[in-house]
Amino acid sequence: MTDFSNLTIHEASKLIQSKTLKALELTEACIGRAKKLNQQLNSFITICEEEAINRAKKVDKLIANGQKMNPLAGIPIGIKDLFSTKDIRTTAGSKLLENYVPVYDATSVYSLNNANVCIVGKTNLDAWAHGSSGENSDFGPTRNPHDLSRVPGGSSSGSAVSVSSGSSLAAMGTDTGGSIRLPASFCNVVGLKPTYGRVSRYGVIAMASSLDCIGHITKTVYDNALVLNVTAGEDGFDSTCTAQKPDDYTKGIEKSVKGLKIGIPKEYFENFDWKIKNLILEAVKKLEKLGAKIEDISLPHTEYGVATYYIIQPSEVSSNLARYDGIRFGKTREQFGSEAKRRIILGTYTLSSGYYDAYYLKAMKVRRLIRNDFVDVFKKVDVIICPVSPTLPFKLGEKVSDPLQMYLADIFTVTASLTGVPSLAVPCGFIGDLPVGMQIIGPDFSEKLLYQVGYAYEQETNWYKKTPKI
Amino acid sequence: MKKKQKPEIDIDYVSKLANIPLSGKEKAVFEEQLKDVLNYISKLNGIDTDSIEPIGHITNLQNVLREDKPAPSLSQDDALKNAPKTYNGFFEVDAIFEEQ
Repeated sequence: MTDFSNLTIHEASKLIQSKTLKALELTEACIGRAKKLNQQLNSFITICEEEAINRAKKVDKLIANGQKMNPLAGIPIGIKDLFSTKDIRTTAGSKLLENYVPVYDATSVYSLNNANVCIVGKTNLDAWAHGSSGENSDFGPTRNPHDLSRVPGGSSSGSAVSVSSGSSLAAMGTDTGGSIRLPASFCNVVGLKPTYGRVSRYGVIAMASSLDCIGHITKTVYDNALVLNVTAGEDGFDSTCTAQKPDDYTKGIEKSVKGLKIGIPKEYFENFDWKIKNLILEAVKKLEKLGAKIEDISLPHTEYGVATYYIIQPSEVSSNLARYDGIRFGKTREQFGSEAKRRIILGTYTLSSGYYDAYYLKAMKVRRLIRNDFVDVFKKVDVIICPVSPTLPFKLGEKVSDPLQMYLADIFTVTASLTGVPSLAVPCGFIGDLPVGMQIIGPDFSEKLLYQVGYAYEQETNWYKKTPKI
Repeated sequence: MKKKQKPEIDIDYVSKLANIPLSGKEKAVFEEQLKDVLNYISKLNGIDTDSIEPIGHITNLQNVLREDKPAPSLSQDDALKNAPKTYNGFFEVDAIFEEQ
C-alpha cells in the first residue's frame, strides 16, 4: 500500500482533484494511522471514522461529477477537542465534559465542513487548554513523536502530534499564550496564531477572552495559508471578530523577501540555550542571503510579559469557567482538575473586591506598554524573528509539580498574545533529534506577509521533510 | 479603600467566591504554589502606569452591533439535550431558597 503519511495538503489536493487519488483512500489511510499510533501517542480523544469516511465518499462523488471544490475538499484534518462539533462529543480534555455532545458547530468547523474536509477526530489537549506540555489532560498525556519520552508541547498537543505523525494533514488549535506555536515548534510543524479577531471564536470553549485566538497547524507554510483562506473572516456570532476582509493568503506567497526589514529583538536572545539561539540566528542569516535586511531592535517591556499574562489569563479563566455549573451541561465543579482549580482560584483572587485595580487593571495597563513596544518597532521593521521556546521539548513529568516553571515555558510566546499581533511558528532545524522552531511576528493583520517570509525560508530548508521515525 | 497588597491568599474565602470546593491537601498545596505565582507577578509593581490607558479590545474594535432582528435559534429539545436533570421541558435545579 502507498504511504500517504508524508503528503502535504497542496500535493494531496492536486491528486484528489485530478482523480489520481481518491479522498476515501487518503482518509482511510489517515484513520488507520491515527488508530494504530494512538496507543503510543494518545493524540486523539475521539476518532470520527464513520463521519470522515462518509465525507470522503461524498467528495469523491462530487469530483467524479465534475464539481469544482475547495483545495481542502477530502483532506483529513484533526480538530482540537475544544471546538464544538455538532453530534460529536467535545470534552475540552476534562472529565467534567466527558459526556458533552454539542448541538451546534463552531463557526470555524462549519466553514471547514463547507469546504468538505474529512474530520479524522478530536485531538487531545491540556484540559481547558491550560498547559504548555500536553500532560494536563484528563485523558492522559500526549507524547512527542520525535522522542516518546518527551512532551509535545501544549496545549494544542494532539493537534501538533496528529499532523507531525501523519494521521492528519492539518489540525485546528487555539492559542491564548502560545498553545499553537509551542507544540508546533516541539513537533517540527507549522503553527499560526492569527491576529486577534481574524478568525471567529464562536463555538470554541473560551479560556481567556481578551487573548484567545483560533489557528491551525500544518506540515508546510503553503498548507497553512490554504487553511486560513477557509477559516478567516467576519462572523455575526463573534463580535470580537473583525469585519476587515481577509486576504487570499496563498496568492503571491512565493514573493521574494528582498529588501524586507527583519528585526531581531535583543531581549529574546539573552540567557537561554545557546544551541537554540544559534539555530535561529542561522535561519536569520539564510533570510539575509535571500535579500532581507536585518536590524537589531529592542522590545523593552518583554520581561513583564509572563507576569502580565499570568494575571490577565487566570482572571478571565475564572470568569469563563464560572458557566460550568452542572445544570445545563457537564458535571459539577468538583470535577475540575488541579490546574483549572488553581487558575480559577488565582483569577478569582485577582478579580476580587479590593484587588482588581492592583492586579487586572494594572496588567491591562502594562499590556498597553507591551503593545506600544511592538507598534513602535513595526514603524522601523516589517517583521520580527525570535525563538518560540527557551528550551527543547522537555521530559514528561519534568515540570508538572512546579506550575511557575511550566508558566515560564511561555516566555517568548505570551507577548504576541498580549499584543494581539499574528505570529507564525516555523521549523528551523534540529538539535540531535529534537526539533526547534522560530516565530515570525508581524503587525496586526499581516498574516500574508508572515506566510511569504515563512515560505521563502521553507523553500531553502525543507525541514518539514524530516519526519519522526514511528 | 485599597487593601494592603501582599502575596497572601485567603484560600477559604476565595474558594467560596469561586464556588470550588477544595480538599485540605489541595488548599495547602495551592496556597504555596499561588504564593510563588503572586510573588512573581508582583514584579509589575515597579512599573509606572499612572498615565497609561488600559487595553480594551486589542485591535480597537468598538460598538459592534447587529440588527435587532429575531433569527432561528436552538430548539428547546436541543437546549436541554446535555442537561443532567430536566423537568417538563425545563432545566431542573436544586432549591436555593430553602432554609439550611
